[in-house]
Amino acid sequence: MRRGALAGWIFTAPALVVIAVFFLLPVLAAFGLSLTDFDIYALASLRNLRFVGLDNYATVLHMPLFWKALGHTLYFVVAGVPLSLAASLAAALLLHSRLARWKGFFRVALFTPVVATLIAVAVIWRYLFQTRYGWVNYALGWFGIHPIDWLGDPRLAMPTIILFAVWKNFGYNMIILLAGLQVLPAELYEAARLEGASAWAQLRHITLPLLGPTLMTVSVLTMIGYFQLFAEPYVITQGGPLQSTLSVLYLLYEQGFNWWNLGLASAIAFVLFALTLAVTWILLRFGRRRGYA
Amino acid sequence: MKRRPASIAVNGLLALGAALTLFPLLWMLSVSLMPIGSANSFPPPLLPLHPTLDNYRTLFERADLGRFLLNSLLVSTGITLGSLACNLLAGYAFAKLRFAGRERLFGLLLAALVIPSQVAMMPLFLLARLLGIVNSYAGVILPALASIYGIYLVRQFARAIPDELLEAARIDGASEWRIFRSVALPLLRPIILTLAVLTFLTAWNDFMWPLIVLTGKDHYTLPIALASLAREHNQDIELMMAGSMVTVLPVLLLFLGLQRYYIDGLLLGSVKG
Repeated sequence: MRRGALAGWIFTAPALVVIAVFFLLPVLAAFGLSLTDFDIYALASLRNLRFVGLDNYATVLHMPLFWKALGHTLYFVVAGVPLSLAASLAAALLLHSRLARWKGFFRVALFTPVVATLIAVAVIWRYLFQTRYGWVNYALGWFGIHPIDWLGDPRLAMPTIILFAVWKNFGYNMIILLAGLQVLPAELYEAARLEGASAWAQLRHITLPLLGPTLMTVSVLTMIGYFQLFAEPYVITQGGPLQSTLSVLYLLYEQGFNWWNLGLASAIAFVLFALTLAVTWILLRFGRRRGYA
Repeated sequence: MKRRPASIAVNGLLALGAALTLFPLLWMLSVSLMPIGSANSFPPPLLPLHPTLDNYRTLFERADLGRFLLNSLLVSTGITLGSLACNLLAGYAFAKLRFAGRERLFGLLLAALVIPSQVAMMPLFLLARLLGIVNSYAGVILPALASIYGIYLVRQFARAIPDELLEAARIDGASEWRIFRSVALPLLRPIILTLAVLTFLTAWNDFMWPLIVLTGKDHYTLPIALASLAREHNQDIELMMAGSMVTVLPVLLLFLGLQRYYIDGLLLGSVKG
């Protein structure tokens, strides 16, 4: 027994040290940092560091650019999460259908964007959506649609990035939902068929309610991920045009690592974290009320 | 007979979806083989008239792509091996070794899972400066040497190892290390492969932290180098597509080869909570 205890500590020590030193302590330090005016002068010498209380948080909340970035991030989350989930669910249902052929091939093909390096496919996206020589406008041309300035129009840049995110990510939840579909009891469907229920009725009254808990988990996780929008606009639009794709995390990156306002950046990080927690909590409560634990 | 149209609809939609997911990737391959300047024409060409490897040659000879490829391989392999060791030991201990505070400690780790990694990044950068590992491989590798999610996966899997097996080895006088190596590790084989693929792909594709900590070109990993190239060579589609190919191909091949393990890991982590 004693021997097991000692071994337990020794076995967990390397991982715990790494996680404590490179994650948990920095998180605590980040809170401390957010209460200081740490900037490029403090980077040169810590003697220039001052404690400023909650000033950084006040600054963030009074920053027009922060609200703009928050608006864009919420836009991305509110439009992106349902679209991604709809695509995942549709793909999972199709793959689960008894009529589907070559399931193995389709599953891999639909999943491929998930494993592809984000930066690389974001670069592809930039060229596909180019106004003059891009394939998207060329294909739309077949239907008589005039070239669209996808990435140059501030109203269209974010929708284009949302489209990209859906394309890149839907395969992930598709796999999870497909696994959820495969364990649903077959007898229920047998019974429904005997009663003459249509495919649509089966979907609405059997599949979706039973899949509820999985859908709930998957939407919360997707939402948390989408709040962390950064690399997509960094590569595809560089936050533009007219800052229309600047996200909160992008703002944090610029404040922290372009201008070295590490105190302010830490405050932004905590505001984003608090916001994510709040929305997660609301979603989970909503889910619980509908009976999904 | 009623099934014919439904079957066509289902398979047709699947084919359409697959075409949409694969087209950008196939287009990248095709354009990467076109001579410089030929993709920028109307209508946009689908296949290279005169396929050439010139773009790859240019990237490796003049843009130092070989170096970035090596950097990526080195960093991802280092992270995979190191974190495999840490996570396997810890996950096994959390599942099978009894020690005071075990459950509370594990609960704490799980709770920490809700904290987004970006919160830690500012102090992490200062810490890296203090340790002198800014702009070095260690700067990317060290913080990734253990992951809560990895520990969780191993623990889930290791809980299925029967206690009697370990107990029997203990009665035979085997040390805990010996038991871990000769009894537990062989049983953990599937999760080792799963974790290895997941970790390698994550490390290879990682962007934000490497972007912050790698301040000079010498240590750039492929995604960072590609993002920087994209800013300099915006007009050279063919060159950029060749660069994207080099970045994507290793992970795609790895995924295709080990997809069963990758998908198992994805499901183990999310459904069976």
